[in-house]
Amino acid sequence: MQSEVANSTGIHVNGEATATTAVSLADLLVELGFAETAVATALNGEFVARHARTATQLSPGDHVEIVAPRQGG
Amino acid sequence: MNAIEPITPSGATLKLYGVEVSSRLLLGTGQYPSPHVMASAVQAARAGIVTVSVRREAARANTGQRFFELIKSLGVRVMPNTAGSRTPREAIATAHMARELFGTDWIKLEVIGNDDTLQPDLFGLLEAATALRKDGFKVFPYTTEDLVAAERLVAAGCEVLMPWGAPIGTGRGLANRYALRSLRKYFTGVPLIIDAGIGAPSHAAEAMELGFDAVMLNTAVASAADPVRMAGAFAAAIDAGRTAYEAGLMEMRDMAAPSTPVAGTPFFDLDRS
Repeated sequence: MQSEVANSTGIHVNGEATATTAVSLADLLVELGFAETAVATALNGEFVARHARTATQLSPGDHVEIVAPRQGG
Repeated sequence: MNAIEPITPSGATLKLYGVEVSSRLLLGTGQYPSPHVMASAVQAARAGIVTVSVRREAARANTGQRFFELIKSLGVRVMPNTAGSRTPREAIATAHMARELFGTDWIKLEVIGNDDTLQPDLFGLLEAATALRKDGFKVFPYTTEDLVAAERLVAAGCEVLMPWGAPIGTGRGLANRYALRSLRKYFTGVPLIIDAGIGAPSHAAEAMELGFDAVMLNTAVASAADPVRMAGAFAAAIDAGRTAYEAGLMEMRDMAAPSTPVAGTPFFDLDRS
């Protein structure tokens, strides 16, 4: 899979079109600067646990949600 | 004089999913003028549980972590919500993300069915509640006063229900008193928390007088001119309402009944016509 590193994949992150070279969800979080941040993730509407991010591969057109704690009622 | 033990319908401490809760006021953390005011309001309200949410995070912003650190410093229990979810699928995924972020299996489950009323979608709510209970969540469903829906939620494993007083953010108090009263009388053993629609301390006191176990509110405090003082006012109202319930309220009657003794009334034998 090394040859794929140069290719970018078109996905959506938090609703925004994003081009990424990340192969896995874990890679994507590093690429986007979330490595040091406590976030939770979902892929195409399904929750992806922290421990499953490395094994979760990204495909073109994927919708990724990256969320953090916020005020709420 | 010997002290007489008051007859208390339910003087026991409130337990939610087996956890003893010292305060009967649950406070939301949204809409405050500043994080400092929010923190002060939580303290003034003597809230034991605060609600929080999850939202999309911008890269390198770290907004969420700063907020969570502040909440943790307050020493209260955190209950994340699924606010904004419109389908069971969204609510379930949001609940899982919240559990991982906040480290709690408590979830205030909201599945919204109508944008104008923010009315719970009871069908979606039941579906999501059923799935989340199987996934080990302690589900607190935001529901309406509908008794049959409430029964189904309890059957699905919900040990606490959160019926609305009125639609979120309206401040209209208990919009359907009769149905809420019925719900309270029917579910004697299920903790019921009035959630949403509370606008004034008198509304909260009324909910407690009716025998509801707790009140959850946010906007009424957060959007007050002085949120911290308003938080204190709600704390006092909830204490008063609960104490009144435990003390046993008098029955309402249609005709007047004199409180001053009739016997010995001066001029009583005179013809007053």
